[in-house]
Parts: sequence; C-alpha cells; structure tokens
Amino acid sequence: MSRHDAGKPEPPAREAWLGEQGGRPRRRRVVLADSTKKSGKALRTIIELEEQTSVGEKLVRDLIRQQLKSAFGLAFAVLIGMCLLPITFYLVPSIGDLTILGIPIPWLVLGLAPFPILYGVGWVFRRQAERHERDFVNMVDR
Amino acid sequence: MNATIWSLSAIVAVAAVTFLLGYVGSRKANTTPDFLVARRAIPATRNAAAISGEYLSAASFLGVAGLVLKDGVDALWYPIGFTAGYLALLLFVAAPLRRSGAYTLPDFAEARLGSANLRHFCTFFVVCIGVLYLVPQLQSAGLTLTTITGLPAWFGGLVVTVIVVVNVLGGGMRAITLVQAFQYWGKLFAIAAPTFVLFVVFLASPDRGTQPLGDDGVIRFPEAEKITVAEQVVKVRVDEPLRLKVSGQIDGRNADGSVYWSRGVYELSPGTTLEFTAGSPVPVVEGSPTTNRDWSRPQTGGISELIRTYSLIFATFLGTMGLPHVLVRFYTNPDGKAARRTALHVLYLLGLFYIFPTVLGVLSKLYLPQLLVNGKTDAAVLMLPETMLPNLGGQIVGAIVAAGAFAAFLSTSSGLVVSVAGVVSTDIMPGKVRDFRWATVFTGLVAIGLALLLPRSDASLTVAMSFALAASTFCPLLVLGIWWRGLTWVGAVCGLVVGGGLVISAQAVSVVSSYTGRWAPAFITQPALITVPVAFIVMIVVSKATRRRVPADVSQILLRLHAPDPLGFIQDRSIARFGTAEEKARLADDKRRGAGRTR
Repeated sequence: MSRHDAGKPEPPAREAWLGEQGGRPRRRRVVLADSTKKSGKALRTIIELEEQTSVGEKLVRDLIRQQLKSAFGLAFAVLIGMCLLPITFYLVPSIGDLTILGIPIPWLVLGLAPFPILYGVGWVFRRQAERHERDFVNMVDR
Repeated sequence: MNATIWSLSAIVAVAAVTFLLGYVGSRKANTTPDFLVARRAIPATRNAAAISGEYLSAASFLGVAGLVLKDGVDALWYPIGFTAGYLALLLFVAAPLRRSGAYTLPDFAEARLGSANLRHFCTFFVVCIGVLYLVPQLQSAGLTLTTITGLPAWFGGLVVTVIVVVNVLGGGMRAITLVQAFQYWGKLFAIAAPTFVLFVVFLASPDRGTQPLGDDGVIRFPEAEKITVAEQVVKVRVDEPLRLKVSGQIDGRNADGSVYWSRGVYELSPGTTLEFTAGSPVPVVEGSPTTNRDWSRPQTGGISELIRTYSLIFATFLGTMGLPHVLVRFYTNPDGKAARRTALHVLYLLGLFYIFPTVLGVLSKLYLPQLLVNGKTDAAVLMLPETMLPNLGGQIVGAIVAAGAFAAFLSTSSGLVVSVAGVVSTDIMPGKVRDFRWATVFTGLVAIGLALLLPRSDASLTVAMSFALAASTFCPLLVLGIWWRGLTWVGAVCGLVVGGGLVISAQAVSVVSSYTGRWAPAFITQPALITVPVAFIVMIVVSKATRRRVPADVSQILLRLHAPDPLGFIQDRSIARFGTAEEKARLADDKRRGAGRTR
C-alpha cells in the first residue's frame, strides 16, 4: 500500500456514515391491517425514514420538493429582477437623467436598493424553509 | 514621512491583534477536526462575521472603489453580485451542505456520489480556485505597502504570507475564526469612518478646483499633475485634444518636451513621464468611459458592455456558492439551521459594508482622476485621505484605511490557506495534524512564488475569473448533487472538466488578447454566461446516459442532506475518519502510561 492510498477513506467508513442500511436492498412496507398503537408510531416513522421504505422515501421526496419550490421561486424572482435592470438602462437611457435629491436614479437603484431587498428575500426563505422543516418534524413524531 | 509612520504603526497593530487572537483561538486545537472545521461549534453570528471578514478581500476593500472610479455606475454590479451570491448559497446550498457532515468540498462530492475519482478532480479544482484567488491578494498586499511606505512590492506579499502561515500552523480553522470575525468589524470601521470624514470634507469644500458633478463633458484634472507610467505598457484614449509635456516613449517612439495630442489612442511605455496643466482633459485607460456623462450613466458601452454585465451577474450570483474557502466555513456551524442563519446574517453584514466603497469611488473620481491615466485605480482608497486632507487628520484617516486594507489581505488569505491546506492534507496526505501543517507551509510557498512571478492585474478582475471558474465547476455539482437524485459521478466529472476547461481556456485566450491588442470579445473575457449553462447541461446529459451508476443508497444520502436537524440524522464524517478529541486524549494518555510502565 502506498502512502497515497492511506488518504482515501475506506469503504467501511462510508457505510458507517450511512448507517447499517447502506448496502442492503430496501425494505418495502406491506400493510395488511393498521394495528399501530399511538405510542409506537413516532419511533416507527423515524425507522421508516432511516430505512427509506417506500413511505419514508415519499416523505423525503415531498420535503425536498417543497424546499426546492421555495428556493427556486425566490431565486427566479431575484434573477429576473436583476437581469431586467441592465436591459432597461440600455433601452431607455433617459433614466440616467432623472435624479432624487441630486443623485441620479441608477446610482440609487444599483448602489443602495439591492442590499435590503436581498436580505428581505433571504429572510422570507429562512422562514419558509424552517416552517417546512417544523411541519415535517411534527408529522414524524405526531 | 509622518504619514508612513502612522500607517506602519496601524498595520503593526493589526498584525499584533491577529497574532494574539490566533493564539487565543488555537490554544486548545490539537485534533484534525479542530484544524479542518473548528470542531463544528461556531455560533451563527460569529461565523457570519468570520465569513464576511474572509470574503471582503482586497477586491472589495480596494477594488470596488477603484472600479467605480474607472467604470462609473456599471461597476456597482460587482458589489451587488458579491452579495447576491450569498442569497443563492442560502437558497440552494447552506443547510444541506452542512448536514452532509463532510469536512471539505471533495469530501462532500465523495459522500454524495461515492467515487474516489470524482474526489481527485474536485481536489484539483479546489486548489486551482484557491491559488487563483490567493495570488492577487498577495500581489495587492505588495501594492498597498508600496503605496503607503515605498517598500519594494515583494515585501508586502511576503509579510502577509508569513503572518498567515504562522497563524494557521498554530490552530488551523480554530485559530482563524476569531481573527476573521474581528477583522470584519475592523474593516467595517476602517472603511466607514474614513467615508464619513471625507464626505464631510467634501460637503464643506464642494469646489476646491474639482469638476462639478453635473458637468457632462470630458473628465478634467482639478490641478496640474505629473504622472509616471509604472511597470506595464498602458494604452490611453484621448477624446478631446490637449497639450502636455512628455519625456519617454509614446507609441514606441521617443518623445520629449511639449506635444499636442488629437483624438485617438496612445501607447505609453513604462517609465514615461507626463505633465498636465490644471483643467486639461484626462486621457483615460483604454476601455473605460472618457466623459462624465458616460461615467455616470449606466450601460453606455453598447451591446458588448451589456453582455459583460450579464456575464458578471451570472458569475457572481452562482460563483459564490462554489468558492471552497467560503463553503468550508459553513462546515463549522453546529447544524443545518445554524448554517442557514449564518448565510442570512452574512447578507446583512455585506450589505452594510458595500455602501461605503461606492461613496469613496465617487469621491476619488473627483479628486484623483490621475489614476485613470495609468489604470492603477486599486490605489484610490489609499491615496484619497491625504489628497483630500493634506494634514495630520488626513494622515490618521489614511492610516486607518491602510490598516483595514491590510486586515483584508490577512483574513482572506488565511481562509484560503486553511481551505487549500485542508484539502491537500486530507486528499493527498493522510490527514493528520502534522500533514495539515506541512500542507500549510507548502501552500504558502507556492502562493508567494506565483505572486512574485505572475504579472499583476486588477484584483477584482482576477477574482471575477475565479468566480467564473467556481460557478462553472462546483456550482452545478452542488446544486444537482443536493437536489437531483439522478446525478452520477461520471456526469459530475464530465461537467467539472468541460466547465472548468472552458473557463481556463477562455482565461488563457483573454490573457493573450490583452497582450496583443484586446481583440477578445466580451463572452471570452467574462465567460460565465456560456460556461455555466454548458456545465449544467453536460452534467445532466451524461448522468442520464450513465443512469446505471446512480448510487444505490441515493435515498439515504438525500435523507441525510434534507432531514430537519432535530431528527438526528447528521453524522460527522471528519469524526468518523479522524476520531474525536476525547478519543485522541485517551490515546495520548495510554501512550504516556505505556511509556511509564516500560521505564
């Protein structure tokens, strides 16, 4: 074994990181009769998540879709907003002559306005993302 | 001379505080997780200050004002993009990246896609981006020290390298966290206080020979000026005929005495001296606006300027999330929620900072138009205080600015050195603390060597290039890896190679073109607009073609990345590989006891 090989994490390390279920084929949950008692349910859902049964996988897929939808929506809005500015300035150069308190509008629009807007969008996303996660946790250990 | 003493003492003070905080931070650092990710125990607000401190490099502290001086209102896209990048990072990357439990970017890639090959490719690009970012920092440090004190240019870079390497050797990530957090607030003060003072000076003496802001004609010198062209050949554009005194070489021919310049472009050789009278038009370095009207109006450079702006927006919006030294700081948060809060707080801290360089840029346009002749606009912030206030007050304000600039070099360079050394030590070497220290020394040597060898260009432009590289390599890898189940390691490698290769060849072409007459079109000098979509498409298409190679455990991995923190799915890969601090202490204890027994 050369020195360089020592740098690679061994395959067992990856399995340890993934938990015991890493390599095994997935277990599918077959429900014949719903005999779950209230007390066992929280643990059971976590186990389903951990083992990624068909139910567990569906739950995670939904969570990911929700988060991605929030993120994409906001990113798209910001990117469109930013991309409209240069083309507007290019097509309507007379905007450059307008001033507020002696400062040309483009300087205000580019130098001052973007920062509070970016923070606001970030704040909205943080709230949405944390709400999705809270809902997910509540659902799991209901 | 007094000014030099003030500035030097301010710089020495910054260096001393840096050492002190580094020492405090690294007292208890002794394990690999300490050095790589500061034991993942940094609270969100402190981490945000550290990230901002690291991110506000020379390009932000000196470069943004310089670009405003040179390009006018269009330069404001740089601070916007630099900040908006954190929004993209917050939206798509922050929390899942932290939850992966990885300790470097290549480690994340391997955790997600299970391929050692991909890991090596990532290592290569991390080192590329790190060095590409580090070299201009060290070069600007040289420029700063030369501007302030007249010391030779190599000295500044060397000083920064030595301080950073010594600090990082002591405690890696733990040592630099406190340093960077402190340096954010230091830099904010060092740019805000001078801005207020100089703005008041400006309001108190609005004319003092400078051009009124409302004047639409060519930019003119407020007073008589003598300029010497430094190391590189400069091309200047003259828009209104003028008369000046020269001694040296113009357009390759010797010229001496009084000459008349009509409209056109002139090439000035190094060492040429130009003397202008007060009120004469300013010849402006080629490619920048020559009239006040074009300077203060947006998008006056035609369609190529428009493309360049869009490319810049793309590169900075998506590039930030691919910068390894920024990402590695997110690994130091305790959990995914804290990582998200950190990113949000960074948006606030950066927004606060970026208002000030803009104001300084506008002021330096009024007082320092001579910088437009040789294009050395990075020096504007440093020269402005003494130009506007030629007395003790100006010297003190200048010293504050100098200290801030020095802090900018230190904090950015330390973050880069830690991230590159972390990757080199864990991927090329076995990853012990000793390896990390060797990797640190090695990184420092390579960086300072390159900084002395390569020619200098504007800090912001080189940095923009590394943003383009990050946006075309790691951004698609992270976004697709976190949100798309279908990504395979083959697709990821192809995307990295195509995206990275395109940016690197575009860089090579634009360097050649800058020496042979600036013929390269905008999409080559700012390639992100094309390379980023190409990298995304290649990754998706190749992954679809190699669908067999989707990792069998992809569901489990995505669960780890996205499951909320309270469910407890986070597992720390650095502890899995290098062990915990407690374990380490126990081993050392056993050794000591063992040694006692044999004696």
